[in-house]
Order: sequence, then structure tokens, then C-alpha cells
Amino acid sequence: MLQIYCPYCREMREEEEFSYSGEAHIKRPDNPEALSDEEWGDYLFFRKNPRGLHCEMWQHTVACRRYFNVVRDTVSYEIHETYPIGSQPSKMTDAALGSTD
Amino acid sequence: MQKYSAFGLLRHALSHHENWPAAWRSPDPQSNYDVIVVGGGGHGLATAYYLAKNHGIRKVAVLEKGYLGGGNTGRNTTIIRSNYLWDEAAQLYEFALKLWEGLSQELNFNVMFSQRGVFNLGHSLQDMRDIERRVNANRLNGIDGVVLNPAEIKEKIPLLNCSQSSRYPVLGASWQPRGGTARHDAVAWGYARAADALGVDLIQQTEVTGIRVVNGNVTGVETRRGFIGADKVACVTAGNSGVMAGMAGLRLPIESHPLQALVSEPLRPCLDTVVMSNAVHGYISQSDKGDLVIGAGIDRYNGYGQRGSFSVVEHTIQAICELFPAFSRVRMNRQWGGIVDTCPDACPIISKTPVGGLYFNCGWGTGGFKSTPGSGYVFADTVANDDAHPLAKPFSIDRFYSGALIDEHGAAGVAH
Ligand SMILES: Cc1cc2nc3c(=O)[nH]c(=O)nc-3n(C[C@H](O)[C@H](O)[C@H](O)COP(=O)(O)OP(=O)(O)OC[C@H]3O[C@@H](n4cnc5c(N)ncnc54)[C@H](O)[C@@H]3O)c2cc1C
Ligand SMILES: [Zn+2]
Repeated sequence: MLQIYCPYCREMREEEEFSYSGEAHIKRPDNPEALSDEEWGDYLFFRKNPRGLHCEMWQHTVACRRYFNVVRDTVSYEIHETYPIGSQPSKMTDAALGSTD
Repeated sequence: MQKYSAFGLLRHALSHHENWPAAWRSPDPQSNYDVIVVGGGGHGLATAYYLAKNHGIRKVAVLEKGYLGGGNTGRNTTIIRSNYLWDEAAQLYEFALKLWEGLSQELNFNVMFSQRGVFNLGHSLQDMRDIERRVNANRLNGIDGVVLNPAEIKEKIPLLNCSQSSRYPVLGASWQPRGGTARHDAVAWGYARAADALGVDLIQQTEVTGIRVVNGNVTGVETRRGFIGADKVACVTAGNSGVMAGMAGLRLPIESHPLQALVSEPLRPCLDTVVMSNAVHGYISQSDKGDLVIGAGIDRYNGYGQRGSFSVVEHTIQAICELFPAFSRVRMNRQWGGIVDTCPDACPIISKTPVGGLYFNCGWGTGGFKSTPGSGYVFADTVANDDAHPLAKPFSIDRFYSGALIDEHGAAGVAH
């Protein structure tokens, strides 16, 4: 069971209060019409799925209902940090953040 | 290979069963192979077996980082069925089911395939509409299926709570009589022994750490025991497939999630079929040893830890107790997790890649045990001919660019 700190409620709460929403920092294409099928497929379906540090979105479903980001290790499940939508993690390495937004 | 038979059993009894030969060799890797299969789960072993048997390719190695069948093959709840909705998936799973029906004879190894039937319960009007649609689609594909009402279900599963006053009343079910279960380890061991007899090298405790690509073509793999050359490399590594693809500079539309299961203490026979429910999310059968085998859902977060959260297990147990109140006091013995490789459309990827000689068979997610023989068969064909087997063609990775997804979220809605 994960213990997750909601950066809005500023409290540590149990995993069951939250829902997982997948990889964070995926930017919607500025000009979808201009994308090739490959680029569009990449945007829709291809995720980093790393074995190690992962930036991901969670929603605090039963409380403030707001989305925020989490840096979590996908092997140990340890949570390194949580931070509001629209900001970047403080401790992530560039490699884990990756080149795609 | 020494053939197993009743007569052999008698003969070995005379020497107190002390002289059985090893089921397969444990060779050191050769420097070069025609095909290297990465991953010694059921799918990888089946692939190696059919490469040797159907295509006469004898210089084949299976590289496994742990022990054979120690991944999802040895961790799953062994439900086998073929009642998928869409033609492409239904035909692939039905092909596998037909192979299951002759597999013990084919491998000369008792895989304990038991066609005890599979029930998918419906708890709402929409569930029942979906069930009727799926059963009709199945029958058009020549797959057995029946829609049952609560009275008929109650007759077949006496312990099931069919009361109409329960929280999620059972309104009906689909029933595939030819579905059932098999013994997970035996499938891995049977394919391993038969592949070894055809000359396949089974190499355990050998993790692949890199894929060597020269001028766009694969030339071999880096392992913990050094480089091993190969003309073709076939990756069948389930939850670790994204990491494997990364070794060749490729990406896959796969996310890895923990999926959990648990077994109870052994009980007297009380459940002679397989019961699954999408809506309350649980599935259960009783093993020949007597334990109740219960499968949970996936943890929603990505994970490689081979364990999940207790809340998921708790949710499943609630569902099982709701369906079978009589099981509420059964004690659970063991609980574990495996890492499943889920695809956006809940269908597998059986595919060539942009790298010459490199193939992937993955994305089976929560439900690939049932397809083990079929998966190995069509993948071996795809690798041997460098061209997709007709049943594998719709499952190419290209579908994520063309948009020709095969949405099996309904038929695969419960993890199994
Ligand atoms: C709890 C649970 C319940 C399930 N229930 C069902 C069910 O009821 N019915 C059903 O049909 N399916 C079920 N499944 C799904 C099913 O188990 C899998 O889809 C199927 O077993 C996959 O087989 P595989 O051979 O591809 O994978 P695995 O058996 O996982 O084999 C992959 C192998 O690759 C090895 N490997 C990985 N990386 C490397 C590397 N770098 N080098 C060397 N080796 C490597 C691993 O060690 C592993 O042994 C369930 C899964 C789980 C976890
Ligand atoms: Zn909150």
C-alpha cells in the first residue's frame, strides 16, 4: 500500500484515496493536423514504462479531486517526491525525464 | 528422450523411482545460434519447440534470466478459454485452445488440461447485452458458448450466491464448456523437455543485458555470461519487454503492471468449474490439490516489483465472498504478484520490428497463459519465415500507427 503526499491538501494519505493517471508531462501536440501517423501513434500509445524512476500523474479522487505529479521508483515503489501540475520535479535526472515531453 | 508411459512408471517402480533421467540437459551456451529466444516462460519454450519441430531449425537457444517458468507462467491462475469478441482475437485463442486439446499427447507430458468449463457472470442489463453479443460472435466463429439464466447457473454451481437481493445480483452468464484450466508448471516443463529432445539448448540463470545491432540487423545478445551470436533474436519476456525493446533502441506501446493472485488452504472438492466476474472483479477455480485459486485485478500504477497493494487483494476477496458466501471463512495460504505487459487494446503484439532479425511476442497482459501453445506456434512461424503467420498478422505493432486496434477490453475486462 502506497502512502502518498498530496501537494494541495498537504497531507500524507493512503493510496486508496487516489487514482493513478499514467505518465506525466505528456504534452498534447500543438498542431495535431500536422502530425504523421507515426507521430500521432507515438503520442497516443507509446509510454516510457521505465524500470526505475517514473514521473506519473495521480488524482486525489476522494478529497480535493486535483491532479498532481509523483516521482516513483517502479521497482521499489518508493515515492521520491510529489509536486503540483505545471511544475517540474526537483530531483529527477534528465535521463529519467527523457527527451519527449 | 525417455518416453513417459504407464509401463515406464511400473518399470521405474522396481528401482524405487531412483533412476529417472533428467528431463532436459543444462548445456553451456554455444558461441552462435540460428535463433535465440529470450525468455524461458511458456511462450518462449513453446516458440523454441515449434521452431525445431515445425521448421527444422535446430540451432536454437532459450536464454532465461531465472529459472524456466518462473515468470508469469508459474504465477498465473491458469484459466483457458477462447471466447473473445473480435474475429482476429477469437481465431487466435481458438487456435490455441485446439492445440491444448491435444497437448499432453503432443508433448508426452501430462499438462493436466481440464475442460471444466468457464462461466463469465453478468450482473447488470448492460453486462447481459455484452454477454449475448459476445456469445453470438463466438458461435459465428465456431467457438462454443451458451448464455445461461440464474436458475441454470445455480444448478451448475450450487455454492454460487444467485439471490436476487444481493448487492450485485447474478442476472446470467456466458458459459464456454470447452474452457478450463491446466497445470502451469507442467506446460513449461512439457515444452522444455520436448524442445530439449529436439536439440534446443535451454540456458537458465543467463540474463540478456543487451541486443547487438549492426547496420540495422541483429547479430546477437550480450548476456551475463558474455556475447552470444545469433541470426535472429526472438524476445518473449512478458513484463520486461519494454526494457528489452529499449536495448535495441525501440519502443513498445506496453505498460508493465503488477497482477496478483492468491490460493487458499486445500479444501474438499466444492467447485468443479471456473467462475469469473468482470463487474465485481474476481475469478476463482479449485485446483486438483483442493486449493481455491483466486485472481485479483492489476494495480493501476506501473510496476516491476512482482508485488502489488493489499487494497487490490482486499477488493477481490470482497467480490469472492459476495459470490460465494460459503468461502468467507476459508483461510488463504499464499499471495504473490507477477508483472504483466498490458497493451492499449488488451491484445498481444506478435511482430517483426524495424531491426532486421529481431522479433517481439509480448503484450499478452493479464491473459496470455491460455494462448501459450498458439502463441508459440504462430510466433515460431513468423520468426522462421520472417513473415507474419496469417493468425499473427493483425497483431503487428503497426496497428498502433494505422489505428487498426483490436479492442478486447470487454472480453479481457477481468484480468485472467
Ligand atoms: C497473477 C496472474 C494471473 C494470471 N492469470 C491468467 C489466467 O488465468 N489465464 C491466462 O490466460 N493468463 C493469465 N495470466 C497471464 C499469463 O500468466 C501471461 O500472459 C503468460 O504466462 C505469459 O507467458 P510468457 O511466457 O510470455 O511470460 P513469462 O512466463 O513471464 O516468461 C517471460 C520470461 O522472460 C524472462 N526474462 C525477462 N527478461 C529477461 C532477460 N533480460 N533475459 C533473460 N530472460 C528474461 C523472465 O524471467 C520470464 O521467465 C496471469 C498472470 C498473472 C501475473
Ligand atoms: Zn488532495
